[in-house]
Amino acid sequence: MHETAFQIFVNALLANNLVLAMFLGLCPFLGVSGRLETAFPMGMATTFVMLVASLCAYGLNLLLGHFHLEFLRLISYIVIIASAVQLVEMVLKKYSPSLFRALGIYLPLITTNCAVLGIALFQTSREYDFVQSLAFSTGGGAGFTLALVLMASVRERLQLSSVPDLVQGTALSLMLAGILSLSFMGFAGLGG
Amino acid sequence: MSATVTWDEFTEGIWRQNPVFVMVLGLCPMLAVTVSAVNAMTMGLATMFVLVCSSALVSLMRKMVPKEVRIATYIVIIATFVTVVDYLIQAVSLELYEALGAFIQLIVVNCIILGRAEAHASKNPPLPAMINALGMSIGFFIGLFALGSVREILGAGTLFGVSLFGSGFQPWVIMVLPPGGFFVLGGWLLFFSWMGRRKQRKQTEKLAGVSGHA
Repeated sequence: MHETAFQIFVNALLANNLVLAMFLGLCPFLGVSGRLETAFPMGMATTFVMLVASLCAYGLNLLLGHFHLEFLRLISYIVIIASAVQLVEMVLKKYSPSLFRALGIYLPLITTNCAVLGIALFQTSREYDFVQSLAFSTGGGAGFTLALVLMASVRERLQLSSVPDLVQGTALSLMLAGILSLSFMGFAGLGG
Repeated sequence: MSATVTWDEFTEGIWRQNPVFVMVLGLCPMLAVTVSAVNAMTMGLATMFVLVCSSALVSLMRKMVPKEVRIATYIVIIATFVTVVDYLIQAVSLELYEALGAFIQLIVVNCIILGRAEAHASKNPPLPAMINALGMSIGFFIGLFALGSVREILGAGTLFGVSLFGSGFQPWVIMVLPPGGFFVLGGWLLFFSWMGRRKQRKQTEKLAGVSGHA
């Protein structure tokens, strides 16, 4: 089965949204989506890490395949992702210290964001070529940002309305995520 | 040096600090694989193995690892054990391996494991660290099972593949689809916060009653 890069992009963005359809990257999704102004930069930072990780993973996979060292795949992917996160952290610290503080602990935690590793693993198991990997990681990153921004907007509105005491907090966020996920199911089959 | 192992260290992860219902960690693998009870249990066992082994190793190496590179070291240790589990499940049951897919490898980024390594195993001797990890993973296992069984019963009308309601049952398909995972977990959290409230209210009523009589 050969998918075009555009199909992969749309699929990763909407129909198979990383967060809402595949449950990847839920920790930052629930943790950082409190306010819109941190949600968007977080999405962008994650997208950048995804892109770097995905490209490196593609090259690395060729290398590992060449030397028949496939069992090292997981470990080496993790190391790549950790270095990419370190890079983003240094850049942010230098150019936007306020943003760096706002993201706090969630920035280094991009390392353990399953969405990033998930992208790298899925592109390997689906045997995407270079362009397809590129489309997959940008689509996935854009999808992650989209979900984060949507969730943050809803939660900002929700702070102004009165909610029963009992459902405050995580339970409420999960129900919201469920409803968002329900609406994203409407995109099924869009990417062909 | 004799290591003291307290009962609390073991039960902490099962109830008071349950990783799923109290700390809400490790959600990604949890929601993705709990389509059926069997998948959920495999995931729970795999995570248990990784958690206990990596806790033991991290705890053994806690004096050797420099502080600056500790997180990277933990991740590499965890990734090693996950690779072991990955190949093990592939060898035992190919069917199960296909069902769980990339989520076995994604155990690496399960926050529970790294959290335990950082918060407990890196500060304690191997035995307590392993006991604590075991308790935590039992707590995670219970959470997975609670979610997986509810979703399978509602979404397919079966439990462990055995039909429960007969042929007249109309499955509630949405429960095995992604939104169902969010709804069921949200429901469980609601249930536990309701229980907590009730207990608190009873206690305050009791206290008020005692002081009223006195």
